Amino acid sequence: MEGVKGVNQTSLKQRLINYKRHPGSAVVALLVMLSALITVGILIFLISYILIKGIPNITPSLFAWEYNSENASMMPALINTIWITVLTLLIAVPVGVCSAIYLVEYAKRGSRLVAAVRITTETLSGIPSIVYGLFGFLLFVIALKWSYSLLGGALTLAIMILPLIMRTTEEALKAVPDSYREGSFGLGAGKLRTIFSIILPAAMPGILSGIILAIGRIVGESAALIFTAGTAPVVPKGLFRSGRTLAVHMYALLSEGLYMEEAYGTAVVLLVLVALINALSSLIAKKLTKGS
Amino acid sequence: MKKVMETLMHILFLLMACVSILSVLLICVFMFANGIPAIAEIGVFDFLLGTTWKPSAGEFGIFPMIIGSIYVTAGAILVGVPIGILCAVFMAKYCPKKLYRILKPVIELLAGIPSIVYGFFGLVVLVPMLLDLFGSGKGVLTASLLLGIMILPTIIGVSEAAIRAVPDAYYEGSLALGATHERSIFKTVLPAAKSGVLAGVILGIGRAIGETMAVVMIAGNQPIIPESILSGVRTLTANIVLEMAYATDLHRDALIATAVVLFVFILIINLCFSALNRKEK
Repeated sequence: MEGVKGVNQTSLKQRLINYKRHPGSAVVALLVMLSALITVGILIFLISYILIKGIPNITPSLFAWEYNSENASMMPALINTIWITVLTLLIAVPVGVCSAIYLVEYAKRGSRLVAAVRITTETLSGIPSIVYGLFGFLLFVIALKWSYSLLGGALTLAIMILPLIMRTTEEALKAVPDSYREGSFGLGAGKLRTIFSIILPAAMPGILSGIILAIGRIVGESAALIFTAGTAPVVPKGLFRSGRTLAVHMYALLSEGLYMEEAYGTAVVLLVLVALINALSSLIAKKLTKGS
Repeated sequence: MKKVMETLMHILFLLMACVSILSVLLICVFMFANGIPAIAEIGVFDFLLGTTWKPSAGEFGIFPMIIGSIYVTAGAILVGVPIGILCAVFMAKYCPKKLYRILKPVIELLAGIPSIVYGFFGLVVLVPMLLDLFGSGKGVLTASLLLGIMILPTIIGVSEAAIRAVPDAYYEGSLALGATHERSIFKTVLPAAKSGVLAGVILGIGRAIGETMAVVMIAGNQPIIPESILSGVRTLTANIVLEMAYATDLHRDALIATAVVLFVFILIINLCFSALNRKEK
Protein backbone atom coordinates (compact mmCIF):
# COMPACT_ATOMS: atom_id res chain seq x y z
CA MET A 1 0.00 0.00 0.00
CA GLU A 2 2.69 2.48 -0.91
CA GLY A 3 1.70 6.10 -1.16
CA VAL A 4 -1.27 5.71 1.17
CA LYS A 5 -0.79 7.60 4.42
CA GLY A 6 -2.76 7.84 7.65
CA VAL A 7 -5.47 10.50 7.69
CA ASN A 8 -3.68 12.83 10.07
CA GLN A 9 -0.23 12.43 8.56
CA THR A 10 1.40 14.63 5.98
CA SER A 11 4.06 13.64 3.52
CA LEU A 12 7.36 15.48 3.35
CA LYS A 13 6.34 17.07 0.06
CA GLN A 14 3.11 18.41 1.51
CA ARG A 15 5.05 19.82 4.43
CA LEU A 16 7.55 21.58 2.18
CA ILE A 17 4.71 23.18 0.18
CA ASN A 18 3.13 24.27 3.45
CA TYR A 19 6.39 25.79 4.66
CA LYS A 20 6.70 27.75 1.41
CA ARG A 21 3.26 29.20 2.03
CA HIS A 22 3.96 29.97 5.67
CA PRO A 23 7.55 31.12 6.07
CA GLY A 24 6.95 31.88 9.77
CA SER A 25 6.19 28.25 10.41
CA ALA A 26 9.29 27.22 8.52
CA VAL A 27 11.44 29.43 10.77
CA VAL A 28 9.86 27.95 13.88
CA ALA A 29 10.36 24.42 12.58
CA LEU A 30 14.02 25.21 11.92
CA LEU A 31 14.44 26.58 15.45
CA VAL A 32 12.89 23.44 16.93
CA MET A 33 15.21 21.18 14.97
CA LEU A 34 18.17 23.39 15.80
CA SER A 35 17.48 23.10 19.53
CA ALA A 36 17.35 19.33 19.34
CA LEU A 37 20.58 19.36 17.34
CA ILE A 38 22.28 21.64 19.88
CA THR A 39 21.25 19.39 22.78
CA VAL A 40 22.52 16.22 21.11
CA GLY A 41 25.57 18.04 19.75
CA ILE A 42 26.62 19.21 23.21
CA LEU A 43 26.41 15.69 24.59
CA ILE A 44 28.34 14.18 21.71
CA PHE A 45 30.97 16.92 21.94
CA LEU A 46 31.33 16.52 25.72
CA ILE A 47 31.66 12.75 25.60
CA SER A 48 33.99 12.60 22.62
CA TYR A 49 36.16 15.43 23.94
CA ILE A 50 36.68 13.71 27.27
CA LEU A 51 37.19 10.30 25.66
CA ILE A 52 39.68 11.53 23.06
CA LYS A 53 41.69 13.60 25.51
CA GLY A 54 41.30 11.14 28.36
CA ILE A 55 41.92 7.68 26.98
CA PRO A 56 45.64 8.31 26.24
CA ASN A 57 45.97 9.36 29.88
CA ILE A 58 44.74 6.07 31.24
CA THR A 59 47.93 4.43 32.39
CA PRO A 60 48.56 1.36 34.55
CA SER A 61 49.86 3.63 37.33
CA LEU A 62 46.36 5.15 37.63
CA PHE A 63 45.22 1.75 38.85
CA ALA A 64 48.03 1.12 41.32
CA TRP A 65 46.75 -0.31 44.59
CA GLU A 66 48.27 2.45 46.69
CA TYR A 67 47.76 6.17 46.20
CA ASN A 68 50.79 8.42 46.40
CA SER A 69 51.55 11.91 45.17
CA GLU A 70 53.54 10.38 42.33
CA ASN A 71 50.83 8.31 40.65
CA ALA A 72 47.57 9.90 41.95
CA SER A 73 46.05 6.44 41.62
CA MET A 74 42.29 6.19 41.48
CA MET A 75 42.14 2.57 42.63
CA PRO A 76 41.40 3.30 46.32
CA ALA A 77 38.72 5.77 45.22
CA LEU A 78 37.23 3.16 42.90
CA ILE A 79 37.04 0.63 45.74
CA ASN A 80 35.56 3.24 48.08
CA THR A 81 32.93 4.07 45.48
CA ILE A 82 31.83 0.44 45.47
CA TRP A 83 31.78 0.37 49.28
CA ILE A 84 29.75 3.55 49.60
CA THR A 85 27.35 2.38 46.90
CA VAL A 86 26.75 -0.96 48.61
CA LEU A 87 26.35 0.64 52.05
CA THR A 88 23.99 3.33 50.78
CA LEU A 89 21.82 0.81 48.95
CA LEU A 90 21.74 -1.48 52.01
CA ILE A 91 20.27 1.39 53.99
CA ALA A 92 18.08 3.13 51.43
CA VAL A 93 16.57 0.23 49.48
CA PRO A 94 14.80 -1.56 52.39
CA VAL A 95 13.50 1.76 53.74
CA GLY A 96 12.43 3.03 50.34
CA VAL A 97 10.78 -0.19 49.20
CA CYS A 98 8.98 -0.72 52.52
CA SER A 99 7.63 2.81 52.61
CA ALA A 100 6.47 2.51 49.00
CA ILE A 101 4.71 -0.74 49.96
CA TYR A 102 3.00 1.11 52.78
CA LEU A 103 1.93 3.95 50.50
CA VAL A 104 0.54 1.69 47.77
CA GLU A 105 -0.75 -1.38 49.61
CA TYR A 106 -1.71 -0.22 53.10
CA ALA A 107 -2.41 3.49 53.29
CA LYS A 108 -5.97 4.70 53.00
CA ARG A 109 -6.75 7.22 50.34
CA GLY A 110 -6.44 10.83 51.44
CA SER A 111 -4.86 10.03 54.80
CA ARG A 112 -2.90 12.82 56.46
CA LEU A 113 0.19 10.67 56.82
CA VAL A 114 0.33 9.94 53.11
CA ALA A 115 0.04 13.65 52.34
CA ALA A 116 2.89 14.34 54.78
CA VAL A 117 5.07 11.62 53.24
CA ARG A 118 4.43 13.02 49.75
CA ILE A 119 5.34 16.57 50.72
CA THR A 120 8.48 15.48 52.53
CA THR A 121 9.72 13.25 49.68
CA GLU A 122 9.15 16.11 47.25
CA THR A 123 11.14 18.35 49.56
CA LEU A 124 13.93 15.81 49.90
CA SER A 125 14.29 15.45 46.15
CA GLY A 126 14.69 19.21 45.76
CA ILE A 127 17.36 19.78 48.41
CA PRO A 128 20.77 20.50 46.82
CA SER A 129 23.51 17.99 47.55
CA ILE A 130 25.69 20.57 49.29
CA VAL A 131 22.94 21.07 51.88
CA TYR A 132 22.84 17.31 52.41
CA GLY A 133 26.59 17.38 52.83
CA LEU A 134 26.42 20.10 55.45
CA PHE A 135 23.58 18.34 57.25
CA GLY A 136 25.57 15.10 57.31
CA PHE A 137 28.58 17.02 58.59
CA LEU A 138 26.54 18.58 61.42
CA LEU A 139 24.83 15.32 62.39
CA PHE A 140 27.53 12.67 61.95
CA VAL A 141 30.80 14.57 62.30
CA ILE A 142 29.86 17.23 64.86
CA ALA A 143 26.89 15.90 66.86
CA LEU A 144 27.74 12.17 66.86
CA LYS A 145 31.54 12.80 66.77
CA TRP A 146 32.20 10.09 64.16
CA SER A 147 34.68 12.35 62.34
CA TYR A 148 34.77 11.79 58.55
CA SER A 149 33.54 8.26 57.89
CA LEU A 150 32.28 5.97 55.14
CA LEU A 151 29.18 5.23 57.20
CA GLY A 152 28.34 8.91 57.65
CA GLY A 153 28.71 9.46 53.92
CA ALA A 154 26.57 6.45 53.11
CA LEU A 155 23.82 7.52 55.54
CA THR A 156 23.79 11.02 54.04
CA LEU A 157 23.53 9.60 50.52
CA ALA A 158 20.83 7.16 51.66
CA ILE A 159 18.58 10.07 52.64
CA MET A 160 19.41 11.75 49.35
CA ILE A 161 18.40 8.82 47.13
CA LEU A 162 15.42 7.79 49.28
CA PRO A 163 12.87 9.82 47.26
CA LEU A 164 14.15 8.33 43.99
CA ILE A 165 13.81 4.74 45.28
CA MET A 166 10.40 5.47 46.79
CA ARG A 167 9.03 7.04 43.62
CA THR A 168 10.20 4.34 41.24
CA THR A 169 9.05 1.54 43.58
CA GLU A 170 5.68 3.21 44.00
CA GLU A 171 5.21 3.45 40.26
CA ALA A 172 6.26 -0.18 39.81
CA LEU A 173 3.83 -1.36 42.51
CA LYS A 174 0.99 0.68 41.05
CA ALA A 175 1.64 -0.86 37.64
CA VAL A 176 0.90 -4.37 38.98
CA PRO A 177 -2.71 -5.07 37.96
CA ASP A 178 -5.27 -5.42 40.75
CA SER A 179 -6.32 -8.81 39.39
CA TYR A 180 -3.01 -10.20 40.76
CA ARG A 181 -3.98 -9.08 44.24
CA GLU A 182 -7.55 -10.32 43.91
CA GLY A 183 -6.40 -13.69 42.59
CA SER A 184 -3.96 -14.13 45.44
CA PHE A 185 -6.51 -13.14 48.10
CA GLY A 186 -9.05 -15.39 46.39
CA LEU A 187 -6.71 -18.36 46.80
CA GLY A 188 -6.55 -17.64 50.51
CA ALA A 189 -3.15 -15.97 50.75
CA GLY A 190 -2.72 -13.30 53.40
CA LYS A 191 -1.68 -9.73 52.68
CA LEU A 192 1.99 -10.27 53.49
CA ARG A 193 2.21 -13.38 51.34
CA THR A 194 0.48 -11.55 48.49
CA ILE A 195 2.97 -8.71 48.73
CA PHE A 196 6.11 -10.81 48.96
CA SER A 197 5.30 -13.65 46.58
CA ILE A 198 2.99 -12.00 44.04
CA ILE A 199 3.33 -8.22 43.89
CA LEU A 200 7.04 -7.65 44.58
CA PRO A 201 8.24 -10.19 41.98
CA ALA A 202 5.94 -8.63 39.39
CA ALA A 203 7.21 -5.16 40.23
CA MET A 204 10.88 -6.22 40.35
CA PRO A 205 12.09 -4.83 37.00
CA GLY A 206 10.65 -1.38 37.84
CA ILE A 207 12.23 -1.39 41.29
CA LEU A 208 15.53 -2.58 39.86
CA SER A 209 15.72 0.14 37.24
CA GLY A 210 15.10 2.69 40.02
CA ILE A 211 17.89 1.20 42.11
CA ILE A 212 20.29 1.35 39.18
CA LEU A 213 19.41 5.01 38.59
CA ALA A 214 20.19 5.57 42.27
CA ILE A 215 23.58 3.88 41.81
CA GLY A 216 24.28 6.39 39.05
CA ARG A 217 23.57 9.25 41.42
CA ILE A 218 25.74 7.78 44.16
CA VAL A 219 28.68 7.26 41.80
CA GLY A 220 28.45 10.82 40.51
CA GLU A 221 27.90 12.54 43.85
CA SER A 222 30.66 14.70 45.25
CA ALA A 223 29.29 17.71 47.13
CA ALA A 224 27.44 15.62 49.72
CA LEU A 225 30.48 13.45 50.42
CA ILE A 226 33.33 15.92 50.85
CA PHE A 227 32.27 16.91 54.38
CA THR A 228 30.82 13.55 55.42
CA ALA A 229 33.04 10.78 54.06
CA GLY A 230 35.99 13.11 53.68
CA THR A 231 38.79 13.11 51.15
CA ALA A 232 41.35 10.59 52.42
CA PRO A 233 42.87 8.91 49.33
CA VAL A 234 43.04 5.45 50.90
CA VAL A 235 40.82 2.42 51.32
CA PRO A 236 39.73 2.88 54.94
CA LYS A 237 40.20 0.12 57.51
CA GLY A 238 36.64 0.30 58.77
CA LEU A 239 33.27 1.97 58.41
CA PHE A 240 34.21 4.81 60.72
CA ARG A 241 37.24 5.92 58.70
CA SER A 242 37.42 8.45 55.93
CA GLY A 243 37.71 7.55 52.25
CA ARG A 244 37.08 9.41 49.00
CA THR A 245 34.93 8.13 46.17
CA LEU A 246 35.80 8.55 42.51
CA ALA A 247 33.87 11.80 42.06
CA VAL A 248 35.44 13.29 45.21
CA HIS A 249 38.84 12.05 44.00
CA MET A 250 38.31 13.99 40.80
CA TYR A 251 37.36 17.13 42.71
CA ALA A 252 40.48 16.77 44.84
CA LEU A 253 42.69 16.36 41.76
CA LEU A 254 41.18 19.44 40.14
CA SER A 255 41.40 21.64 43.22
CA GLU A 256 45.03 20.65 43.76
CA GLY A 257 45.59 21.61 40.12
CA LEU A 258 48.70 19.46 39.69
CA TYR A 259 47.12 16.39 38.16
CA MET A 260 45.36 17.44 34.95
CA GLU A 261 46.28 14.25 33.06
CA GLU A 262 45.11 12.04 35.90
CA ALA A 263 41.91 14.08 36.07
CA TYR A 264 41.27 13.36 32.39
CA GLY A 265 41.71 9.65 33.05
CA THR A 266 39.39 9.75 36.05
CA ALA A 267 36.79 11.65 34.03
CA VAL A 268 36.82 8.90 31.39
CA VAL A 269 36.30 6.21 34.01
CA LEU A 270 33.46 8.17 35.67
CA LEU A 271 31.80 8.87 32.33
CA VAL A 272 32.00 5.26 31.18
CA LEU A 273 30.64 4.03 34.52
CA VAL A 274 27.68 6.40 34.41
CA ALA A 275 26.92 5.59 30.77
CA LEU A 276 26.96 1.85 31.53
CA ILE A 277 24.71 2.31 34.56
CA ASN A 278 22.27 4.41 32.53
CA ALA A 279 22.20 1.89 29.70
CA LEU A 280 21.54 -0.95 32.13
CA SER A 281 18.70 0.94 33.78
CA SER A 282 16.94 1.75 30.51
CA LEU A 283 17.49 -1.82 29.28
CA ILE A 284 15.65 -3.16 32.32
CA ALA A 285 12.94 -0.52 31.99
CA LYS A 286 12.48 -1.54 28.34
CA LYS A 287 12.08 -5.18 29.35
CA LEU A 288 9.43 -4.01 31.77
CA THR A 289 7.35 -2.25 29.11
CA LYS A 290 7.70 -5.21 26.76
CA GLY A 291 6.57 -7.66 29.42
CA SER A 292 3.33 -5.86 30.23
CA MET B 1 0.98 -16.35 64.85
CA LYS B 2 0.22 -15.37 61.28
CA LYS B 3 -1.98 -12.53 62.50
CA VAL B 4 0.81 -11.21 64.71
CA MET B 5 3.24 -11.28 61.80
CA GLU B 6 0.79 -9.38 59.60
CA THR B 7 0.34 -6.65 62.20
CA LEU B 8 4.05 -6.46 62.92
CA MET B 9 4.90 -6.00 59.26
CA HIS B 10 2.11 -3.44 58.88
CA ILE B 11 3.69 -1.43 61.66
CA LEU B 12 7.16 -1.87 60.12
CA PHE B 13 5.98 -0.59 56.75
CA LEU B 14 4.30 2.34 58.49
CA LEU B 15 7.49 3.20 60.38
CA MET B 16 9.56 3.04 57.19
CA ALA B 17 7.11 5.42 55.52
CA CYS B 18 7.77 7.86 58.35
CA VAL B 19 11.54 7.89 57.68
CA SER B 20 11.23 10.55 55.01
CA ILE B 21 9.20 12.78 57.33
CA LEU B 22 11.78 12.23 60.06
CA SER B 23 14.65 13.04 57.66
CA VAL B 24 13.14 16.36 56.63
CA LEU B 25 12.52 17.25 60.27
CA LEU B 26 16.10 16.31 61.18
CA ILE B 27 17.53 18.34 58.31
CA CYS B 28 15.42 21.38 59.25
CA VAL B 29 16.31 21.12 62.94
CA PHE B 30 20.04 20.72 62.35
CA MET B 31 20.30 23.44 59.72
CA PHE B 32 18.19 26.01 61.55
CA ALA B 33 19.55 25.25 65.02
CA ASN B 34 23.11 25.76 63.80
CA GLY B 35 22.49 28.56 61.33
CA ILE B 36 20.04 30.89 63.02
CA PRO B 37 22.19 31.68 66.09
CA ALA B 38 24.98 32.69 63.72
CA ILE B 39 22.62 34.95 61.76
CA ALA B 40 21.47 36.48 65.05
CA GLU B 41 25.06 37.05 66.16
CA ILE B 42 26.10 38.69 62.91
CA GLY B 43 22.81 40.58 62.63
CA VAL B 44 20.13 39.75 60.05
CA PHE B 45 20.74 42.84 57.93
CA ASP B 46 24.52 42.72 58.15
CA PHE B 47 24.40 39.09 57.10
CA LEU B 48 21.86 39.19 54.27
CA LEU B 49 22.60 42.69 52.93
CA GLY B 50 26.23 43.18 53.91
CA THR B 51 28.43 43.50 50.85
CA THR B 52 31.79 42.48 52.30
CA TRP B 53 32.71 38.89 53.03
CA LYS B 54 35.96 38.94 54.99
CA PRO B 55 35.94 36.13 57.53
CA SER B 56 39.41 37.10 58.77
CA ALA B 57 38.12 40.57 59.67
CA GLY B 58 34.88 39.22 61.12
CA GLU B 59 32.76 40.59 58.29
CA PHE B 60 30.14 38.17 57.03
CA GLY B 61 27.95 39.79 54.39
CA ILE B 62 26.56 37.28 51.90
CA PHE B 63 24.77 39.78 49.66
CA PRO B 64 27.34 39.33 46.84
CA MET B 65 26.76 35.59 46.94
CA ILE B 66 22.96 35.95 46.90
CA ILE B 67 23.26 38.25 43.89
CA GLY B 68 25.78 35.85 42.34
CA SER B 69 23.42 32.90 42.71
CA ILE B 70 20.56 34.92 41.21
CA TYR B 71 22.65 36.17 38.26
CA VAL B 72 24.00 32.73 37.44
CA THR B 73 20.57 31.10 37.75
CA ALA B 74 18.96 33.77 35.58
CA GLY B 75 21.68 33.25 33.00
CA ALA B 76 21.12 29.50 33.08
CA ILE B 77 17.39 30.07 32.52
CA LEU B 78 18.10 32.35 29.54
CA VAL B 79 20.31 29.69 28.00
CA GLY B 80 18.49 26.53 29.03
CA VAL B 81 14.78 27.33 28.85
CA PRO B 82 14.37 28.25 25.15
CA ILE B 83 16.52 25.35 23.98
CA GLY B 84 14.91 22.99 26.50
CA ILE B 85 11.31 23.79 25.60
CA LEU B 86 11.97 23.69 21.86
CA CYS B 87 13.78 20.39 22.26
CA ALA B 88 10.82 19.05 24.25
CA VAL B 89 8.53 20.10 21.39
CA PHE B 90 10.81 18.25 19.01
CA MET B 91 10.71 15.12 21.15
CA ALA B 92 6.94 15.16 21.51
CA LYS B 93 5.77 16.42 18.12
CA TYR B 94 8.49 16.14 15.48
CA CYS B 95 10.63 13.18 16.34
CA PRO B 96 10.07 9.99 14.32
CA LYS B 97 9.71 6.94 16.54
CA LYS B 98 12.98 5.37 15.49
CA LEU B 99 14.94 8.52 16.26
CA TYR B 100 13.09 8.90 19.55
CA ARG B 101 14.39 5.55 20.72
CA ILE B 102 17.93 6.91 20.38
CA LEU B 103 17.24 10.44 21.52
CA LYS B 104 15.50 9.60 24.78
CA PRO B 105 18.44 7.67 26.29
CA VAL B 106 20.77 10.43 25.07
CA ILE B 107 18.82 13.03 27.07
CA GLU B 108 18.78 10.71 30.07
CA LEU B 109 22.53 10.31 29.81
CA LEU B 110 22.85 14.11 29.82
CA ALA B 111 21.00 14.02 33.15
CA GLY B 112 23.20 11.26 34.50
CA ILE B 113 26.62 12.83 33.89
CA PRO B 114 28.11 13.79 37.28
CA SER B 115 28.32 17.50 37.98
CA ILE B 116 32.05 17.24 38.64
CA VAL B 117 32.50 15.99 35.06
CA TYR B 118 30.44 18.93 33.80
CA GLY B 119 32.67 21.20 35.86
CA PHE B 120 35.77 19.61 34.39
CA PHE B 121 34.36 20.01 30.88
CA GLY B 122 33.65 23.68 31.62
CA LEU B 123 37.17 24.14 32.96
CA VAL B 124 38.99 22.59 30.02
CA VAL B 125 36.66 23.62 27.16
CA LEU B 126 34.40 26.57 28.02
CA VAL B 127 36.88 28.61 30.04
CA PRO B 128 39.67 28.64 27.40
CA MET B 129 37.08 29.24 24.67
CA LEU B 130 35.56 32.28 26.38
CA LEU B 131 39.03 33.50 27.32
CA ASP B 132 39.89 33.55 23.61
CA LEU B 133 36.63 35.22 22.62
CA PHE B 134 36.18 37.85 25.35
CA GLY B 135 39.47 37.95 27.22
CA SER B 136 37.94 36.59 30.41
CA GLY B 137 37.36 32.93 31.12
CA LYS B 138 35.82 32.41 34.54
CA GLY B 139 32.67 34.34 35.37
CA VAL B 140 28.92 34.80 35.15
CA LEU B 141 28.76 33.99 31.43
CA THR B 142 30.70 30.73 31.70
CA ALA B 143 28.69 29.56 34.70
CA SER B 144 25.42 30.50 32.99
CA LEU B 145 26.31 28.56 29.85
CA LEU B 146 27.33 25.43 31.73
CA LEU B 147 24.36 25.54 34.12
CA GLY B 148 22.08 26.14 31.13
CA ILE B 149 23.37 22.89 29.64
CA MET B 150 23.03 21.07 32.96
CA ILE B 151 19.36 22.00 33.46
CA LEU B 152 18.42 21.00 29.89
CA PRO B 153 17.44 17.37 30.71
CA THR B 154 15.24 18.48 33.61
CA ILE B 155 13.37 21.02 31.50
CA ILE B 156 13.11 18.68 28.50
CA GLY B 157 11.82 15.76 30.57
CA VAL B 158 9.11 17.64 32.46
CA SER B 159 8.02 19.76 29.46
CA GLU B 160 7.82 16.75 27.16
CA ALA B 161 5.55 14.93 29.61
CA ALA B 162 3.37 18.04 29.88
CA ILE B 163 3.11 18.40 26.09
CA ARG B 164 2.25 14.73 25.70
CA ALA B 165 -0.47 15.05 28.34
CA VAL B 166 -2.41 17.55 26.17
CA PRO B 167 -5.25 15.68 24.39
CA ASP B 168 -4.59 15.10 20.68
CA ALA B 169 -7.96 16.66 19.89
CA TYR B 170 -6.47 20.12 20.55
CA TYR B 171 -3.82 19.60 17.91
CA GLU B 172 -6.12 17.92 15.41
CA GLY B 173 -8.80 20.56 15.84
CA SER B 174 -6.30 23.28 15.12
CA LEU B 175 -4.97 21.43 12.05
CA ALA B 176 -8.53 20.97 10.78
CA LEU B 177 -9.05 24.73 10.99
CA GLY B 178 -6.19 25.12 8.53
CA ALA B 179 -3.35 26.02 10.89
CA THR B 180 0.10 24.66 10.13
CA HIS B 181 1.84 22.03 12.25
CA GLU B 182 3.90 24.74 13.98
CA ARG B 183 0.98 27.09 14.56
CA SER B 184 -1.07 24.25 16.03
CA ILE B 185 1.71 23.32 18.44
CA PHE B 186 2.71 26.80 19.55
CA LYS B 187 -0.78 28.35 19.67
CA THR B 188 -2.87 25.50 21.06
CA VAL B 189 -0.81 22.62 22.46
CA LEU B 190 1.92 24.59 24.23
CA PRO B 191 -0.49 27.06 25.94
CA ALA B 192 -2.49 24.06 27.17
CA ALA B 193 0.69 22.54 28.61
CA LYS B 194 1.74 25.86 30.14
CA SER B 195 1.63 24.97 33.83
CA GLY B 196 3.51 21.70 33.27
CA VAL B 197 6.22 23.46 31.28
CA LEU B 198 6.45 26.13 33.98
CA ALA B 199 6.86 23.39 36.60
CA GLY B 200 9.78 22.08 34.58
CA VAL B 201 11.36 25.51 34.46
CA ILE B 202 10.96 25.91 38.22
CA LEU B 203 12.55 22.53 38.78
CA GLY B 204 15.40 23.69 36.54
CA ILE B 205 15.79 26.85 38.64
CA GLY B 206 16.09 24.66 41.74
CA ARG B 207 18.78 22.58 40.05
CA ALA B 208 20.73 25.62 38.92
CA ILE B 209 20.64 27.43 42.25
CA GLY B 210 21.70 24.30 44.15
CA GLU B 211 24.48 23.23 41.81
CA THR B 212 27.84 23.30 43.49
CA MET B 213 30.75 21.37 42.09
CA ALA B 214 30.40 22.48 38.48
CA VAL B 215 30.05 26.15 39.43
CA VAL B 216 33.04 26.16 41.76
CA MET B 217 35.27 25.12 38.87
CA ILE B 218 34.31 27.88 36.45
CA ALA B 219 32.77 30.88 38.21
CA GLY B 220 35.96 32.53 39.43
CA ASN B 221 34.67 32.64 43.02
CA GLN B 222 35.50 36.26 43.94
CA PRO B 223 33.13 37.27 46.77
CA ILE B 224 32.13 40.57 45.17
CA ILE B 225 29.05 41.69 43.29
CA PRO B 226 29.88 41.08 39.60
CA GLU B 227 30.09 44.23 37.49
CA SER B 228 29.53 42.60 34.13
CA ILE B 229 28.68 39.18 32.76
CA LEU B 230 32.38 38.54 32.26
CA SER B 231 33.50 39.24 35.82
CA GLY B 232 34.01 36.49 38.34
CA VAL B 233 31.22 35.51 40.67
CA ARG B 234 30.73 33.41 43.77
CA THR B 235 27.45 31.62 44.45
CA LEU B 236 26.01 30.61 47.83
CA THR B 237 26.89 26.98 47.16
CA ALA B 238 30.46 27.80 46.14
CA ASN B 239 30.91 29.88 49.28
CA ILE B 240 30.16 26.83 51.42
CA VAL B 241 32.29 24.33 49.56
CA LEU B 242 35.30 26.64 49.24
CA GLU B 243 35.69 27.58 52.89
CA MET B 244 34.06 24.82 54.92
CA ALA B 245 37.22 22.71 55.00
CA TYR B 246 39.18 25.18 57.13
CA ALA B 247 36.48 27.33 58.75
CA THR B 248 36.13 27.46 62.53
CA ASP B 249 33.84 29.10 65.10
CA LEU B 250 31.70 31.97 63.80
CA HIS B 251 33.13 31.57 60.30
CA ARG B 252 31.86 27.99 60.16
CA ASP B 253 28.50 28.97 61.58
CA ALA B 254 28.25 31.74 58.99
CA LEU B 255 28.78 29.13 56.26
CA ILE B 256 26.04 26.97 57.77
CA ALA B 257 23.85 30.07 57.82
CA THR B 258 24.65 30.48 54.12
CA ALA B 259 23.30 26.97 53.61
CA VAL B 260 20.19 27.94 55.59
CA VAL B 261 19.57 30.83 53.19
CA LEU B 262 20.03 28.45 50.26
CA PHE B 263 17.72 25.93 51.94
CA VAL B 264 15.01 28.57 52.35
CA PHE B 265 15.37 29.51 48.66
CA ILE B 266 14.93 25.86 47.72
CA LEU B 267 11.92 25.42 50.01
CA ILE B 268 10.22 28.39 48.33
CA ILE B 269 11.00 26.99 44.87
CA ASN B 270 9.68 23.57 45.93
CA LEU B 271 6.46 25.11 47.20
CA CYS B 272 5.95 26.85 43.84
CA PHE B 273 6.64 23.57 42.06
CA SER B 274 4.18 21.49 44.06
CA ALA B 275 1.53 24.23 43.87
CA LEU B 276 1.85 24.17 40.07
CA ASN B 277 1.75 20.39 40.01
CA ARG B 278 -1.44 20.34 42.03
CA LYS B 279 -2.98 22.88 39.67
CA GLU B 280 -2.05 20.61 36.77
CA LYS B 281 -4.03 17.77 38.32
